[in-house]
Formats: sequence, C-alpha cells, structure tokens
Amino acid sequence: MTALWVALGALVGAPLRLAADRAAARWRGTGTVVGILAVNVAGSLVLGAVLGARDLDPAVVALVGTGFCGTLTTFSTFGYDVVRLVEERRVGRALGYLGGSLVLGLAAAAVGYAALR
Amino acid sequence: MACCRTVRTYLVVACGGVLGALARWAVSLGLPHTPGSWPWATVTVNLTGCLAIGLLLAVLLARSPGHPWLRPFLATGVLGGYTTFSTFAVDAAQLVEAGRWPVAAAYVLVSALGGLLAVVVGLAAGRRVVR
Repeated sequence: MTALWVALGALVGAPLRLAADRAAARWRGTGTVVGILAVNVAGSLVLGAVLGARDLDPAVVALVGTGFCGTLTTFSTFGYDVVRLVEERRVGRALGYLGGSLVLGLAAAAVGYAALR
Repeated sequence: MACCRTVRTYLVVACGGVLGALARWAVSLGLPHTPGSWPWATVTVNLTGCLAIGLLLAVLLARSPGHPWLRPFLATGVLGGYTTFSTFAVDAAQLVEAGRWPVAAAYVLVSALGGLLAVVVGLAAGRRVVR
C-alpha cells in the first residue's frame, strides 16, 4: 500500500518540477537553474514540516514526503548543472548555485522541521 | 503538434518519476534510517544518481541530442525521482537537531562534493564510451 502512496506523490512531483523548470526557462532563458533551485528549496521546506510533525499518518508521510517532496526535488540535476556551469566557464555562477542551494535548502528544511513540532 | 509533444513530455516525466521514486523508496527499505543517524539510503541514491546522470547525458548528448523523450524520461523523470534534495536537506537538519554538528557537516560535504565528483566521473566515463 505504501508503494501506491509513494507512486501517487511522484506522479505529481515530477511533472511539477518540469513545469517549474520550464517556467523559469521562459523567464530567465534556457539553461537557467532558478527553477530547480526553487523546487529544491520549496520541497525541503515542505518535507521538513512533514517529517517534523508529530503523529502524522504514515500514509501521508509516504504520499507527501517520500513521493511528492522526494520527487519534486532532485539531486542529480542539481549536481549536473553545477558541473555544466563550470564546463561552460561560468564558475562564479556554479559556486553561487552550489552555495545558494545548500544554504537555502538546509535553512528551509530546518524552518519546516521546527514549524510543526 | 506542439501541444501533443508537451503533453507527451509531461506524461513521460511523470512515469519516469514514479519509477525513480519507487526505486528510491526500495533503497530506503534496504537501508533503514532513524532521525539523527548517518543517512546511508540518501547518500546511496544521490551519489549513484549523480554518477548515472553524468554517464547518461554524456552518451545521450553525443549520440541523440534531439531525441524527443529519452532525456525527459531517464534524466528528468527516473533520475530526478530517484535522487532527492529535500531528504538530503532534512537529514542534515535532523543531525543538527540531534546535536551531531560534525556528522551533519560531514554529511553535507560528502553529499555535495561526492555528488559533483560522481557527475564528473560519470561524464568522463560516458564520453570515453562514445568517443
């Protein structure tokens, strides 16, 4: 049953990440990392709240946490984009993206985690 | 038609995302984790996912850069769903919450630098294959 909740959450999370990436590309141009940065920070905030909440139904954790937030956010595209920016000789942007993702993502997770405790 | 292509891309990404998420969930069952302990499952999916995306995109961009659904399905969908930034961030927050600052710092370093190294290794290996 848990697998079904994970799958349902992922079914929404993955296309939403694509939509955010495409919206950011229309706004900032192709190759922008702003869309992935936004979903990674937003997903970290929501997952923090889900895992920090007391006595939450395990089905909700599977659906919203593992399925939706886990799939909305991505580590592989984040890592690839940092390396791509370095290869394009945009090292400053690569470092800014790396540092910005870590600082904003970890802060969002901590805020979410503390919010519902 | 442009609208059909867009719908197909979203469907392909959704299907790939489900497969990747289920694989990530299976890894988390195999490597159980309690808040405040070293998150082996997250490290495993994120580092192997970074290696895989480097390999995949090196081959894909060289062999069939204009393929309509392979990149959306495998990179955005499967690997995007398999790896997770949110779990990484919350794992780190929980380590801090547990007062294990050095472990949290090591975890962030291993994930970030290890992930970048994995992408670089994957790209290099993939480029050797297609050269």
